[in-house]
Amino acid sequence: MIEFNHHLPALQVVVPLLSAPLVMLLRPAGLAWAATTAASVCAFAIAVALTLGVLAGHEYSYQMGNWPAPYGIELGVDAFTALVLLVVTGASTLALLAGRTSVDAEIEQPRQPLFYTAWLLALAGLVGMPVSADAFNIFVFMEISSLASYILISGGADRRALPAVFKYLVMGTIGATCYLIGIGLIYLMTGTLNLADMELRIHEVADKRPTLVAAGFITVGLALKAAVFPLHVWLPNAYTYAPNAVTVFLAACATKVALYLLLRFDFFVFQPNLDGHAVQFAYFLMPLAVLAILVGSGVALFERNLKRLLAYSSVAQIGYILLGASLVSLAGLGAGILHIFNHALAKGALFLAVACLASRCAGVRFEDIAGVAQRMPWTMGAFVLAGLSLIGVPGTAGFISKWYLISAALGEGVIGGLLVAVIVVSSLMAVVYIWRVVETAYFGMDSAAAAGPGESAAGVESATGVESATGVESAAEFESAAKVESAAKVESPAKVESNENTNSSGAIKSIGKVDGAAGAAVPGEAPAMLLAVTWAAALANLYFGLQSYLPVALSSSAAESLLRYVP
Amino acid sequence: MELLGLYHYWVFAILLMTGFYAVIAKYNLIKKLLGLSIFQSAVFLLYITMGKIEGGTAPILQAYGEGQLFSNPLPQVLILTAIVVGISTMALGLGVVVRIKEEYGTIEEHEIREIDRQ
Repeated sequence: MIEFNHHLPALQVVVPLLSAPLVMLLRPAGLAWAATTAASVCAFAIAVALTLGVLAGHEYSYQMGNWPAPYGIELGVDAFTALVLLVVTGASTLALLAGRTSVDAEIEQPRQPLFYTAWLLALAGLVGMPVSADAFNIFVFMEISSLASYILISGGADRRALPAVFKYLVMGTIGATCYLIGIGLIYLMTGTLNLADMELRIHEVADKRPTLVAAGFITVGLALKAAVFPLHVWLPNAYTYAPNAVTVFLAACATKVALYLLLRFDFFVFQPNLDGHAVQFAYFLMPLAVLAILVGSGVALFERNLKRLLAYSSVAQIGYILLGASLVSLAGLGAGILHIFNHALAKGALFLAVACLASRCAGVRFEDIAGVAQRMPWTMGAFVLAGLSLIGVPGTAGFISKWYLISAALGEGVIGGLLVAVIVVSSLMAVVYIWRVVETAYFGMDSAAAAGPGESAAGVESATGVESATGVESAAEFESAAKVESAAKVESPAKVESNENTNSSGAIKSIGKVDGAAGAAVPGEAPAMLLAVTWAAALANLYFGLQSYLPVALSSSAAESLLRYVP
Repeated sequence: MELLGLYHYWVFAILLMTGFYAVIAKYNLIKKLLGLSIFQSAVFLLYITMGKIEGGTAPILQAYGEGQLFSNPLPQVLILTAIVVGISTMALGLGVVVRIKEEYGTIEEHEIREIDRQ
């Protein structure tokens, strides 16, 4: 048993990485989905086992191929790693469990195994980055996850995803290349790529210019990947036009992993060794964090597309995480790391609710979701709950991290008072933009119910195949609607035949019928599985708001291990 | 003289900025990708140049002679991986451009933006 435990850090990466080519071969698509979900659940179980080990005081260090550390590639798991691993694997698992119907609606059956392969590769890259303790290995995992997520984002039917992905690809590659230049310069100066070894040796060359330049390149490159404020322009469109399940997955964890690396490098490697690094880091990132919070929330106030609204809110939340870190104190860093976990919970649940809405509405613009709460009370209930967590209402997970953040800021004197003001103003903005959604959904005029006869045609179609009908609906917002619609119609007989999951589609139909009795064939509540997972995520926000031991213990231990030399 | 002695770093910096300029300034998506490729290639040169030792040979252990001078093989191995990454990125980028051409009928960035605005 101890032997097995010892291999967990490697298995964390190996399981999704090796499942990926297997999934590509699996047909029909339902089987590919099942295998992907199984691999993701396995990865989640490994992450939980690692977390329990870390909480019990164990530090994992694994030497790949049994080559000793500075020469071979080392994998390591500490509290910070465990927290990020939980977020990544948890988000992937929830998105997969919930996303079956959503993926069916947005991606044609024959392409689905390839889609799930890309998903597993993205997962492998995202867990590989935190697990690895080798700078170049991290770069390779970063590119695996980036390339796979470009594919995932461009997988949907919306053509506007393509320019968005192109922009993401160009900016992501520039970010990764900057990181590569940085570690190249560090290798030039120290002759090592192992993070722990680098930390020991960089001291001797700390005052040399290439080392400083390397620190700059690494910080800026990773900030680009993490969508830190002025470098965030790739994020809103990429999240908005990605398939809904992908948005749930990537919004919860992709930028968080880049933030993890940023903090790992700046605090673990540079902070104890470079003179004046704390001041440089704080002066560089604190204004950016404040701007991110204000601008992100401000743009979200006026946004009329629900997914884009939440994406801009993500930009603001990344600002919170950086704000905590830029205080360069134990309390601040701990609060920032805690917010990585809590924001992933809130944003994951919100995007799951958006996926529910998208499965039953023509789109997720405000016009499309007006009055939707009457048809989908459960979905909107979960949305409100997760929205409260995003705002930071007491009793939810979001409150915990904002509490820690504010108390950390108050320890900083005058500037701390200003930061608290920024946090409070931004929270009020969050109240406003979440309220705008709630107002539209609860008190708006339901366009679908109003246009009864037009929608009943879609209702008839839903008798033949609910998934295909929703596919047509969600495609209707695109300009190429006619083309997609005909494609979906051709697809639908095959889809019904190959639909393994008759149980769930039966359940959907019955829900539709129950609702149909009330209103004339208006699409009702979201698919049962999707809704169940959304509620599980929303309730997790409540649970971690009341029982915050796990994330707080992990994040404070992570902050201590990162800032061990700071007095 | 000292500046000229570091000429390989100058090549790196100039190539890097040339590529970066193309990425920013060009509207044509293919030209942007070419710029990106130059940008990445510059970094390959940085790595390879740092492993080179004057008078150093290939790092193969030979039977005769002690104290031979080797070039550091590790940067070259690293850059082999980075080249693979670069090719994958390029291939995926070109694939996306093909899809953009299919959907929009153009690969000029401002024209795409114009079409999206309608």
